Amino acid sequence: MSPLGSAAQPLRVAIVGAGPAGFYAAERLFKESELVIEVDLYDRLPTPFGLVRNGVAPDHQKIKSVTAAFDRIAANPRFRFFGNVELGRDISVDDLKDHYHQILYSTGAQTDRPLGVPGDDLIGSHPATEFVAWYNGHPDYRDCEFDLSQERVAVVGVGNVAIDVARILCRTPDELLKTDIANYALEQLRESRVREVHILGRRGPAQAAFTAPEAKELGELADCDTIVLPEEAELDPLSQASLAGADRAELRKVEIIQELSRRQPTGKSKRLVLRFLVSPVELIGDENGRVRQMRLVRNVLYATDAGSLRPKATDHFETLDVGLVFRSIGYRGVPLPGVPFHDSWGVIPNAGGRVLDPATQEPLLGQYTAGWIKRGPTGVIGTNKPDAAETVENMLADARAGRVLAPTQATAAAAEALVGGRQAHVVTYADWRRLDALELSHGKEQGRPRVKFTRVDDMLAALAE
Amino acid sequence: MKVRNILATKGGRVITIAPDKTVREAVALLVHHRIGAIVVADESGHLIGILSERDVMRTAAADEGVFGRPVADVMTREVVIGMPQDDVLAVAHTMLEKRFRHLPIVDDGRLIGIISIGDVLKTQRDAYQGEIETLETRIIAEGE
Ligand SMILES: Cc1cc2nc3c(=O)[nH]c(=O)nc-3n(C[C@H](O)[C@H](O)[C@H](O)COP(=O)(O)OP(=O)(O)OC[C@H]3O[C@@H](n4cnc5c(N)ncnc54)[C@H](O)[C@@H]3O)c2cc1C
Ligand SMILES: NC(=O)c1ccc[n+]([C@@H]2O[C@H](COP(=O)([O-])OP(=O)(O)OC[C@H]3O[C@@H](n4cnc5c(N)ncnc54)[C@H](OP(=O)(O)O)[C@@H]3O)[C@@H](O)[C@H]2O)c1
Repeated sequence: MSPLGSAAQPLRVAIVGAGPAGFYAAERLFKESELVIEVDLYDRLPTPFGLVRNGVAPDHQKIKSVTAAFDRIAANPRFRFFGNVELGRDISVDDLKDHYHQILYSTGAQTDRPLGVPGDDLIGSHPATEFVAWYNGHPDYRDCEFDLSQERVAVVGVGNVAIDVARILCRTPDELLKTDIANYALEQLRESRVREVHILGRRGPAQAAFTAPEAKELGELADCDTIVLPEEAELDPLSQASLAGADRAELRKVEIIQELSRRQPTGKSKRLVLRFLVSPVELIGDENGRVRQMRLVRNVLYATDAGSLRPKATDHFETLDVGLVFRSIGYRGVPLPGVPFHDSWGVIPNAGGRVLDPATQEPLLGQYTAGWIKRGPTGVIGTNKPDAAETVENMLADARAGRVLAPTQATAAAAEALVGGRQAHVVTYADWRRLDALELSHGKEQGRPRVKFTRVDDMLAALAE
Repeated sequence: MKVRNILATKGGRVITIAPDKTVREAVALLVHHRIGAIVVADESGHLIGILSERDVMRTAAADEGVFGRPVADVMTREVVIGMPQDDVLAVAHTMLEKRFRHLPIVDDGRLIGIISIGDVLKTQRDAYQGEIETLETRIIAEGE
């Protein structure tokens, strides 16, 4: 038998999830010069790029351009894309074990964390994850409904996703027209009656999870005044002390918030109010079960043993009239059938990316993980590169030591036959490039960067033409 | 970023030692697992102290017989404890400020892991690296 990783018997790797982590992992595998490695990259959607396509805000087109770097990785002759193939629906872990030496799960974080307060499930209260997927044209979320006839909206959480959601709600139709926002979302946002968006942080400005450039952008919206209450922009002594050791980016963020708090409204037609030190304690509905109000409690900060500042509720409450609520308090991974899962953190248990057997805490042979499903839903696109590299180093070490699965059908042809037998409409990378070209040309016709396909059937129909 | 994001990729096993074991046994564990400190826990798994390389060195400087002594004699009892929801940034600050290198993490009264200053700094480095990689990926893309 030829040695594993030779031209006669390449090391065959399945990567499940074609987001940044999956692509960076493939790139790192291809950099390995001593082993011949073949990568099949699977995604449940016909389109690659994960949250770069379906998460990154449509008004951040420059960031979306990273996908051209992923195209380069896909151009490697040992790379294949199996789009529209879902682990758990079309194929199983056992199928993969039978066809690959190594499997890497990079399925990201597909759902949201609940707020856990009464009224969280009222009509009009939504996870930000759904709104984000909706305006980005994710096929599973295109038919979601958000009542944009409401004038007042609350966004809970102060991460970059909360900022994205609030910003999209406050953009003018003209601003949105320059983006690749889904057509139906553009139409509905054009009719939107939203006038006031409240972003609610449970801690202070120094602990806000969003980053400085995103905060700055809030102050530069075409027809929306951004407001910060001066008393909430001021730092308490604990926060002030914590900034002593902070880096420039952290200081800059606080400066921007304080600068916003000194501004006076200029009479623009929308208002974005950025609040701090408040937590929702209850969502209150009307007789039809629609959210009408949110009860907030004011918090003060205290330091934990290890020095982080946490919110503690006081006995001061206030009520906010809102007709629409988005909770943006973090994404959450979902379990994959046949793969271990850490339920309270929503990740695959692992050590340096080697998937662990929960019973023994020992690595499972040939199974790995990278990206958000490995470390949790945090970090920018590029954070997944060192993360994937760590996992791939361990994969290569294991492959060199012969610690790999024992597939009975370790050929590219066998894998293709397997997939083709399970899913009649496998989307290849060449297919995706055709869809991409069509989306770009539809965009051009409308003077927009891109007009997305938002239905899997439409994508398949376009490919069949 | 939170402490749980560091713990997520470190595996769930925490190495502990009982207080009546000898320092020799503790040192063997430190060397075997290539760690710089070990949590000292009683029979019910409760944390009662931490034994670090430094504790051993400090005692050894005055007592040649350190290896035969029980861990309880040599360990640090005043242990700063972290939670999975602690901010990595704040923890880094505290560890540097108060000059300790290992932070046991407790959740709902249960010891679930330990992070070292090395873990914390690596995570911060990866976060910076991530910003740079995002830019670099964009530059590669725009070079098309
Ligand atoms: C709303 C939002 C905006 C963001 N904006 C920015 C930004 O502006 N700049 C920035 O740098 N970072 C941004 N990020 C962060 C960045 O998107 C993430 O760091 C990154 O996408 C995570 O990569 P991943 O590969 O782990 O997961 P993902 O990108 O989520 O990719 C996971 C992939 O796995 C697929 N998948 C899931 N389950 C299965 C299955 N069972 N079978 C097959 N395939 C499956 C999914 O379809 C998806 O394509 C943003 C994140 C969000 C949520
Ligand atoms: N432009 C960009 O670069 C961009 C855009 C979007 C996303 N991203 C990245 O993607 C990652 C995920 O972003 P994210 O915004 O989903 O997550 P995040 O950055 O972790 O922010 C989550 C926010 O929710 C708050 N929160 C959590 N639980 C809460 C509760 N029970 N009640 C009230 N508030 C609560 C958090 O506050 P506490 O801190 O108090 O827990 C925090 O403000 C981040 O790393 C982000 O930087 C980047």
